[in-house]
Amino acid sequence: MSDSNPRAVAAPHTMREPGSSAPAPSFWRDPAKRALVWQVLLIAVLAFLAWRIFDNTVTNMAARGLTSGFGFLSTSAGFGIITTPFIEYAETSDYLTVFWVGLVNTLIVAVIGCVLALLLGFVIGIARLSKNWLVQKVATVYIELFRNIPLLLQILFWYSAVLAPLPGPRDLHASGDDVYLSLNNRGLILAEPIGQPGFQYVWYAFFAGIVLTWLTSRWARARQMRTGQQFPVLLAALVLIVVLPLVVFFTLGSPIVFEPAVMSRFALGGGVTIIPEFIALLLALVIYTAAFIAEIVRAGIQAVSHGQTEAGLALGIKPNHRMRLVVVPQAMRVIVPPLTSQFLNLTKNSSLATAIAYPDLFAVFAGTTLNQTGQAVEIMAMTLAVYLTLSLVTSGFMNWYNARIALVER
Amino acid sequence: MNDQAMPRAGSVNAGDLPDKPAPGASAGPVAWLRDNLFSSVGNTVLTLLGLALVLLTVPPVVGWAITSANWTGGADACRANPGAACWPFVTARWEQFVYGFYPAAERWRVNIVLALLLVGIVLLAIERTPGRRWIGLFMVVVFPIVSFVLLYGGSFGLPVVETARWGGFMLTLVIALSGIVASLPIGIVLALGRRSEMPVVRLACTLFIEFWRGIPLVAVLFMASVMFPLFLPADVTFDQLLRAVIGVALFASAYMAEVVRGGLQAIPKGQYEGAMALGLPYWRMMRLIVLPQALKIVIPGIVNTFIGLFKDTTLVLIIGLLDLLGIVQASINDPNWSIQSVPYTGYAFVAIVFWVCCYAMARYSRYIEAKLHTGHAR
Repeated sequence: MSDSNPRAVAAPHTMREPGSSAPAPSFWRDPAKRALVWQVLLIAVLAFLAWRIFDNTVTNMAARGLTSGFGFLSTSAGFGIITTPFIEYAETSDYLTVFWVGLVNTLIVAVIGCVLALLLGFVIGIARLSKNWLVQKVATVYIELFRNIPLLLQILFWYSAVLAPLPGPRDLHASGDDVYLSLNNRGLILAEPIGQPGFQYVWYAFFAGIVLTWLTSRWARARQMRTGQQFPVLLAALVLIVVLPLVVFFTLGSPIVFEPAVMSRFALGGGVTIIPEFIALLLALVIYTAAFIAEIVRAGIQAVSHGQTEAGLALGIKPNHRMRLVVVPQAMRVIVPPLTSQFLNLTKNSSLATAIAYPDLFAVFAGTTLNQTGQAVEIMAMTLAVYLTLSLVTSGFMNWYNARIALVER
Repeated sequence: MNDQAMPRAGSVNAGDLPDKPAPGASAGPVAWLRDNLFSSVGNTVLTLLGLALVLLTVPPVVGWAITSANWTGGADACRANPGAACWPFVTARWEQFVYGFYPAAERWRVNIVLALLLVGIVLLAIERTPGRRWIGLFMVVVFPIVSFVLLYGGSFGLPVVETARWGGFMLTLVIALSGIVASLPIGIVLALGRRSEMPVVRLACTLFIEFWRGIPLVAVLFMASVMFPLFLPADVTFDQLLRAVIGVALFASAYMAEVVRGGLQAIPKGQYEGAMALGLPYWRMMRLIVLPQALKIVIPGIVNTFIGLFKDTTLVLIIGLLDLLGIVQASINDPNWSIQSVPYTGYAFVAIVFWVCCYAMARYSRYIEAKLHTGHAR
């Protein structure tokens, strides 16, 4: 260790050059050289460890008759997956398709989960600070209850204690029924909306609305900077994004048909099915993460000095403007960094899907595929790479956002 | 004042009148209700919504879990009343839930460890305990060794109990505690490394921390059970539990490192400079000046990390270890207890155990935080 320098070594005072103020330190007394030695040593140790692990892995894989490489990805998987949105999948598809299916399922649950958890968390965080005694207590109980119970337990609870005991479709619907909406032990079954010719114009109107909203908000901000006049951007956005597509939709004569699921003698056919595994996982992730987000929101709002609110009061700013223009922008600076880690946690926690067999990346790829092929190194490397990439992308995005809203100082 | 100036008795009171109570509209329960629940239309709507939510959730839960629950009897009593909690299921399986499959004759060993742990925690939590530092050191250094000797056996004439027979709450505690005890020193070293001035050390520590923080714990446990055997020479074998503990410890140490780093950053630069001016070498500066202050500030963070780790130990059921949740999950499927209310009861029991432990720790962490945070309270 670097603190164990022998004190007995006296610095050689003899040959001092007239110009230099200090004697050249001995090798071990020179921090720069010492640092160099430590770093070389660290590299050597790490390289040795890496080499040992590599060597052992190669030996062990050879002993088990495994060939390394990604060739297995093009072999046929031979197992079915209960839900494969956006991707054509059959039992004959290869393992690479399994990987993509798993990735898509993970992303779906993570993205929807993050959005819903943010909404619920914000509502509860605000409720936690409400002046209404009852609302505040309800929010507190929610937070303290759900964040202190393990997530896996919550997933299992929703899955096997709430959704599994629901009645089956045969108990709910008579044979030959048209079913538009049904929650049973096969999941949530909805009528399938099918766009008729002309429906694409509704989409065009929707996207045009988004673009127009963006342009409007830019124009409104520039005008406010110039003249100080405000423009109701939120109202305009509502009109452009919601009302405009609706107008197009009705002028075209509602070009959409809801195709119901049909109860045959034994099972429900058709419609859109949201499987119970997905519902359970999503519910648990959202409820659990929202409790943490609520606390972050509360802490963020409380971190804004009370003087800011009072200054707003003194200037006579309306209460909701005070919240929106004075308190929230400052609170966001405190909220965003921990919020990032909650989004990351939610994404990583979605891998608990494997406990209830929701076919996310972990369950179908690191689970089933690994069991069938035994290619542990390649599969784990791919899976970990995905999670690391997701982490990097999320924190990269949130860092960008954070930098945008951060306090600009001199 | 003289007597002539005094007004005549009867027209004016001689002394002070007692204060009248405030009007009913501005004090007392009615005013409280009006201020806190019904101050405006929106507020009233919120109150009514909240009230509806409370009435919809609380009475059914209380009825199910307490008032109409089955407290005594056996499976038959529960079968007769399947609409309420079946606590006899928990009573019947109690020992398994606590000890797993630990042999009955050897359970006293677990009890000693649990008692030691409880006493240690209580003594550490109370601030007036003399010699807290030494108790802390004992709990971190000696206690794990004593626990291992007692639980595993194999020396002092104690028969060996294979880790495959460990389970239940005891296993939960073993994983969580060994994870946290191992992760603390590793985390401190990593945090120091991440703030080091040597680029290679800093890079290595940063990569290590970000790697473990970027992957889910399930993946860590999977790696521990699938990849460890590949990484090690063929003649070295670890048992399943030890592999899981190593995985958990590495995972937790990355989070611990970030917590400690927060503490290190909070120490003013003057402290470092003062230590350097005194001529203290790096490790002595850290040991004597910086770390004692930094670790003290991050106690709440460490407790929070531990709460997270404690809840996350439930994940070991995915690699086949029977912790508290795992063993309850397995017992639920027992055909003798195939009653509608048993799964709910089992989950409720696990939830209560975890909730009590985590909530107590969270309160303690908040108390410490409040004590350290003086002067900024509003």
